[in-house]
Parts: sequence; C-alpha cells; structure tokens
Amino acid sequence: MDITELTVHELQEKIKSKELTITEITKAYVEKINEKEKDIEAFVTPLTEDAISKAEEIQSKIEEGELTGELAGIPIGIKDNICTKGIKTTCSSKMLENFVSPYDATVMEKINNQNMINLGKLNMDEFAMGGSTEYSYFKKTKNPHNINKVPGGSSGGSAAAVAANMVPWALGSDTGGSIRQPASFCGVVGLKPTYGLVSRYGLVAFASSLDQIGPITKDVRDCAMLLNIIAGHDEKDTTSEDMPKKDYTKALKNDVKGLKIGVPKEFFGEGLNQEVKETLEKAIQEYKEMGAEIEEFSLDIAQYSLATYYIIACAEASSNLGRFDGIRYGYRTPEFKNLKELYKKSRSEGFGDEVKRRIILGTYVLSSGYYDAYYKKAQQVRTLVMNEFNKAFEKYDVILTPTSPTVAFDIGSKSDNPLEMYLADICTVSVNIAGLPAISIPVGKDKEGMPIGMQLIGNKFQEETILNAAYTIEMKQKEK
Amino acid sequence: MSKSEYEVIIGLEVHAELSTKTKIFCSCPTEFGGQPNTHVCPICMAMPGTLPVLNEKVVEYAVKAGLATNCEISRDSKNDRKNYYYPDLPKSYQISQFDKPLCEHGYVEIDTEAGKKKIRLTRIHIEEDAGKLNHDDFGGGSLVDLNRAGVPLIEIVSEPDLRSPEEVESYMKKIKSILEYIEVSDCKMQEGSLRADVNVSVHKPGEPFGTRTEMKNMNSFRSITRAIEYEIERQIDVLEDGGKIEQETLRWDDVSGKTFSMRDKEDAQDYRYFPEPDLVAIKLSEEYIETIKNSLPELPESRKQRYLEEYVLSEKDANIITASKYLSDLFESAIKICNNPKSVNNWIISDISRILNETEMEPIAIPFDGKQLGKLVILIDKGTISSSIGKKVLEELFENPRDPEEIIKEKGWIQISDEGAIKEVVIKILEANPQSIADFKAGKDRALGFLVGQAMKETKGKANPKMLNEMFLEELKK
Repeated sequence: MDITELTVHELQEKIKSKELTITEITKAYVEKINEKEKDIEAFVTPLTEDAISKAEEIQSKIEEGELTGELAGIPIGIKDNICTKGIKTTCSSKMLENFVSPYDATVMEKINNQNMINLGKLNMDEFAMGGSTEYSYFKKTKNPHNINKVPGGSSGGSAAAVAANMVPWALGSDTGGSIRQPASFCGVVGLKPTYGLVSRYGLVAFASSLDQIGPITKDVRDCAMLLNIIAGHDEKDTTSEDMPKKDYTKALKNDVKGLKIGVPKEFFGEGLNQEVKETLEKAIQEYKEMGAEIEEFSLDIAQYSLATYYIIACAEASSNLGRFDGIRYGYRTPEFKNLKELYKKSRSEGFGDEVKRRIILGTYVLSSGYYDAYYKKAQQVRTLVMNEFNKAFEKYDVILTPTSPTVAFDIGSKSDNPLEMYLADICTVSVNIAGLPAISIPVGKDKEGMPIGMQLIGNKFQEETILNAAYTIEMKQKEK
Repeated sequence: MSKSEYEVIIGLEVHAELSTKTKIFCSCPTEFGGQPNTHVCPICMAMPGTLPVLNEKVVEYAVKAGLATNCEISRDSKNDRKNYYYPDLPKSYQISQFDKPLCEHGYVEIDTEAGKKKIRLTRIHIEEDAGKLNHDDFGGGSLVDLNRAGVPLIEIVSEPDLRSPEEVESYMKKIKSILEYIEVSDCKMQEGSLRADVNVSVHKPGEPFGTRTEMKNMNSFRSITRAIEYEIERQIDVLEDGGKIEQETLRWDDVSGKTFSMRDKEDAQDYRYFPEPDLVAIKLSEEYIETIKNSLPELPESRKQRYLEEYVLSEKDANIITASKYLSDLFESAIKICNNPKSVNNWIISDISRILNETEMEPIAIPFDGKQLGKLVILIDKGTISSSIGKKVLEELFENPRDPEEIIKEKGWIQISDEGAIKEVVIKILEANPQSIADFKAGKDRALGFLVGQAMKETKGKANPKMLNEMFLEELKK
C-alpha cells in the first residue's frame, strides 16, 4: 500500500483502526516530496524538515488522549499567497521573496486549530496572475501526468502536489479559475466556494471582489471535509457571510434523481477541444442515466465575461498591489536618487511582466476619462451576468460546463502570448464575476492520458448541491 | 481697477479627527503622541492580506456631525479607494468616500458684520488619516510613523460661500464649536486634529468665478487668515499684471508669509477612485438616524438663546462663551455653585479670556473646573477676598488648580475686615500723607482714591476696600 495514494477520509479510517499512525503518514509524504519535488517543483517553501517531529508530537498527544481532533496530524499544502505566521509567504514573486507574515490568515488559524501539519507553501503564478504557474518568479511547476505540460494555474503548485501525492490535499485560491483550471489539468478535485463563504483575511489580495480560498483534493468527500474546516463567517472580513455552519459531507447522497442540470450551449461551441467535448457529453449521458434532467440553454452573456473579468480584476489588482512600494516590506531597489525612483525601480524590478501588464491595464481602466468606458461598463455587465445566472438558477439546480476548453498545454506554448493564456479562463471567469460556487472534477482523460475536467456551477451558497452532483458522478465513474 | 473692486470666493474642506477610541478600520488606539509605530497593527500597516473592518462609531459620529449641520443623511452610502503613492499612506490608497458621502446638502450659520449668513455644506464624508513622515536626524532621509494612519477623519466640504478671511475664521470657529458640542472631535488645532484645505479665487463683479488655488493642511486661525490675505493679494496682482491664475495646490509658509507651488503640472493627480471592494455598503435605517438625532446635545445656537433670556448676558458675551463648549460648560457648572451668572460671565469674558489669549491656550486645556471658579466667585461675594485678590487666585488656578479656599489660606490672602485692624492702617496712611489730607479738604476728591490705594498696598490688597473707603471718609471729615 502506498500511503500517499489514499484520500484523507481513507487515512482517517486507517488511523482509527490503528493501521496507520500520524508519524507513518507524515513520513510517507515527506519521502514522496523528497522523491518527486525535483521533477514536479511544486513547492516554494517545503516544510518537510520539521514535519516528522511535529507528527511525532501530535502522535504522542493523541496517544495520551490530549488530542482528539479528527484531522489532527493530517498533512496539508498551502498556496503561497495565504499568510502563514513565521513562514515565508512569497506569492511566487521576487517582490516578496523574503517576506515573512507577522500573522496567520484566518484559514491558517482554522487549519492550525485542527492540528494539521503544513508540509509547505506551494508554487503559483506570481500574485495569482496566470493560468499555468509559468509566471512564478522561482520555478515552473510540472504537470504530474506529463512533466512537459503545465499544471495549470494559478494554483498550479497546489494541484500538482495533490496529483503527485506529495500532499493529501491543499488550499488554493481562485479569482478567475485558479483552483478549478489547475485541478482540471492535474486530474484532481477543486472547489471555488461562493464569494463570502470563506474568509479572505490573510489571502494576499489580487482582486478583492473575486478572490476566494478553496480546497484542492483527491476526491469529492475530501473536498467537502476541507470546506467544512475553512468555511464560515469571520469578523475580520466583512464581505464574509454570517450564516449557520453546515456539514458539507452530509450533502453527499450519491443520488441525482430529479436534479435539474442546465448545459449552456455557448460553452460547447467554437474553441472547445473535441476530446474534451466528447468526454463531457459522456458525463452528461451518465447523469441522464442516473435520473438527472438535462436541458441545453443559452447563457448568452457569458461571452462578455472574459472582458469584464479582466477589467475588474486588473482594476482591483492595480490598487491592491500598490502597497508593494519598497517602503515597509518586500523588495527595495538597492540604489535610488529620490522617492519617485525608489518606487519606480522597486516595482519595475520586483514585479514580473504579467503582474506589470495587469497593473498597467488596471490603472488605465480606472483613469479619469476611461473609467466610464471600461470600469463602470464592466460593473454594469457584471450585474447583467449575475442577473442571467439568477434567471438560469430559477430553472436549474446545477449548470454544467467544461472547466477548460483544452487539456493541459505544453510548457512554454502560451507563456509569451497573454491573450491566448487569458482564453484558458473562458469557462471559469463568469463564476467569479457572479460570485457563485463551482467545482471541477476529473471525468476522463484524452488519448495522451491528460485529465479532462468538468465544472459544476451552483447557485449562491448551494455548495451542497454541486458537491452531491460531483460526488454522484465520481461514484459512478469509480464503478468502472 | 483697484483691489477692493475684486470679489473673493473661498471654499473650505475642513478635516476633523474623530475622537473614537480606536482607528477607523482596526482596533489600534487613536491616541495622539506615543512612540513612533507603537499604535499600529498588521491592518493599519497594510501588511499583505489584511482587510479593513469599518468602526461603527465612526459612522455614528459622522452622522451626528451631519445632523448638527443640517445635512441630509444618506441611507445608502459606501466607501471608495483614493489611489496615490506616498510613504505615509501604507496601502497606497486611502479609504474615503467619493460619490456617495454619508451626509450632504447641509449648512451652518455664521455671524458677519452684515448679520447672519448661511454657509452651505456640500457634503461630509468619512475617511482615514495618513501617517506622518519625520525627518531622520541621523540618516538624512525620512522616517515613517504610522501611529496616525487609520485615525478616523470627517471631511466637511463647504460650498464657495465665503467672501473674506473674517468669514472664514467665523465659519471655522462655528464648525469647531459644533464638533466640540456634539463631542465627536476634540478639535485640537495644534495637534492637527482640526485642519483645513482652503480654496481661494478672485474675480471682478459680474464676471464668472476666477481660477482657484488650494492651500492644504492649514491648522491655525492666524495662518489661515494670513494665507488667505496673501493669496488674495497675489492673485489680484497677477491678474492686474495681465497674467493668469494657474489651478494648483499651494503650500503656505508661515515663516516667510508666502505661498509656494507644491506640485508641477506633470504630476497632476488622478486618484482613480473606485468602490472599496473589501467593505460592504453602509446602509442606515430610519430608526438608527432617529436615535442619533434624539441623542444630540444642545447646540451652541440654542445655548446662546438660553443665556440671553435666562442670564441676561449681552449678545457679544453670549457669543464668546457659547463659541466654545468648554467655556460654556465651565460657565454652567460655575453658576451652579455660586448662582451669580453675571460675575462668572465677567470672569470668563475678561480675565480668563485674557489669560487664554496671552498663553495661546485653548479652552479645552483650562486646568480648573467650574466648581473651583464658582467657589472663587462665592469668596468674593462673601467679602472673604477682594476682587483684586480674586485675580491672583485665578492665576493660581491656572498654575496649580485646587480649592480656592485652600489657596487663600495657604497664601494668607484672606481679606481684612476687622474694623480695628483697618482703622490702624487708615491712621498710619493718613499720618504719612498730610498733603493728601490737605488736598481732600481743598476739595480734591481724587486724594481719597490715592489714600485707599496706599492702604491696599500696605495690606498687600487684603483690606476690605469698602470698609477702607468708609473709614477714610470718616477720618477725613473729622
């Protein structure tokens, strides 16, 4: 048995039945990281050195009855834009190469309260801007299914680490698809929660009105379990919703009879890879066979989502990244003549091209004379997108689309073509624009063995519905 | 065309720091002073990943200010980001309000030579203060102190309704007085908790308004008046020489008494305002606004009316006392003790105001309380001390405030009202001044005053002047 192939709920069972100890589990993961990291390059800051002693400590506490938590000692990996006290949080940027946060993000406090073991900070596109993790300042993470392919992004390190069994699960963040698209490319499960379900406190902001932290896991049950831990209102984030706590694992009923699934035809048209299309059609057929009601419909507004997304996300980013000015923390240029030059050189040297591109774009769309034509217009379209989704959810429980129009592409094939890279987000961005929850689950592979992901979109705070729909097809596919 | 033929247009943006205990978006103290960077946390230092949480007290205080200045209160308001780079602004944006301020369309009334005048308020909005840059005495650069970063401010924007430096001063004093009364700001100008950006333009009558210049961060009445006077003159000179006024931001230099251009046009600021996505909209219910309305204290105008009617103060005196909540509170608590409004009024208008002026002290800093002032008045009323000793007691109250009775005991200032003792002094003075006796008898009444003065000097001001007077007359008529 390879311990690292087990899901977290399987590990839990084995811990309960005393087949495995925390220490054994952690050791297995540390070994796996040591074995695979040189090929995959998923970690910016591995924390493998202390992991085993931490595991031993937790193990003895469990044995002495001091600790009872169900997730105590379970390892996890954390995307490197989630602040971890005393541990570097780099956002995969030269700007924050040596930055150590003085505080823990709210989700980290929750992870720590469970006594989980953080195995390391995971690679990403710089400041979460990108769809391939090639825009990391430090390294290019490889897709475990084929190391010549990208893992997707921006949470590419998290998805690759889970897919390569280097961590049992991980946290990512999703602004326009950054959890779902890499999950799809790496053949794992990724959930972007409803905007406001998970606290953003301590997530280094890219686009504040779109960002959400979410789980990347091996299966849907693990996804529901990790969501249980991180969801919930936080006084420190006023955009987080105050609502009763749910147990998402209870939603996994393995039954979709009568579930109304809408399939927006715009997501299955031009640009969709044939094999992806066929695989999705098979999944749709399976849903039908299991008793779900499938209907094709038109989500016409979706075609404007990508443009809307890039205006809003870049506008917010241009402001959010203003604090990286070389004054208080982060990179400061070694030589400067005056304040203006300190700013200019620190930011020019500290940020990568893609980040600069988006800051410039965002600054432009907020500038006087352009604000109305771009930012304001984008906000209006955003309202239309929300309205159209609302209308759709009057008819359907779930909206089904591909997660990405293609499977993982070759490293280097798009990194010099920003527009083509942006198109990789086409299926995922409208979900963030509308603030909805969506999950990506693997539903097959192409001829070359690259995973194909399916996205299930739910209505606001209806994570339970999409988790159940995802779980049901996952169970069905396991039968094969 | 002579200078007096130009019309002057002035508008003010007054910034007042709110006296909430904690900052606007985090729980750090707002207290002034403190070692640099000790009133800070990850939020007000803008550490990556932190988020603001709006302090509800700030909204409450701003709504209070809006209601006290006759504003409409917005039921649906929001925060916006104002983006610019400066080392004292850690997020590189200031959270402020752009198109949906909390309060709009208000006014205050000021007294001018021509009578009462309404000054319209465009808006009052909430925002956060920036930190401070201190000169580095050792490194030659600047050091950033973020203690003030995130201290809540309201910005009160007036319409361009002011026409002279005098009106500006009157307006500023009115705003200050209202904010003090409703207890939302301590308005300490020296500490910068009340400051103003002043917009000035001039034009010839019948012509459209001229181009305005803005002088930022003015924090004393004196420099505001001087700066406006200078700027009016400068603008008229430019126009008279056939020049054009540039719309620009100016810095007033108190030492040279001149304004200087702060930025060149290349740096024309575009703040790229947009809605703050980290905060939810500010929705206020009717009940909320009603509750605040009902909790508003008596405002200066109504106190003034009461003083005119109940205590028969002169309009001028009532204005001076009610202009400051602290003076007015002092007045009220003193008369509660001594029940002599006329006398307390005189003390405040003459001696207390004089000392405040001489020492450039603001009423809030008066060290003694109304109880002590009231007791002082009682001591005079009872004849325990003379009013000239009273002045010394007042000085003592400013120096080292304590019970006036204790002061006079300690200093031996109790008035001599003992007939025998006074007679002794009278005899002594008469013996020493035969010429005065002769003068008096020759009909020169002034001689009596001289003799009383001599006796007061002899007793170090402690003799009862009324008794002295009577006894001298008695003796002289013998």
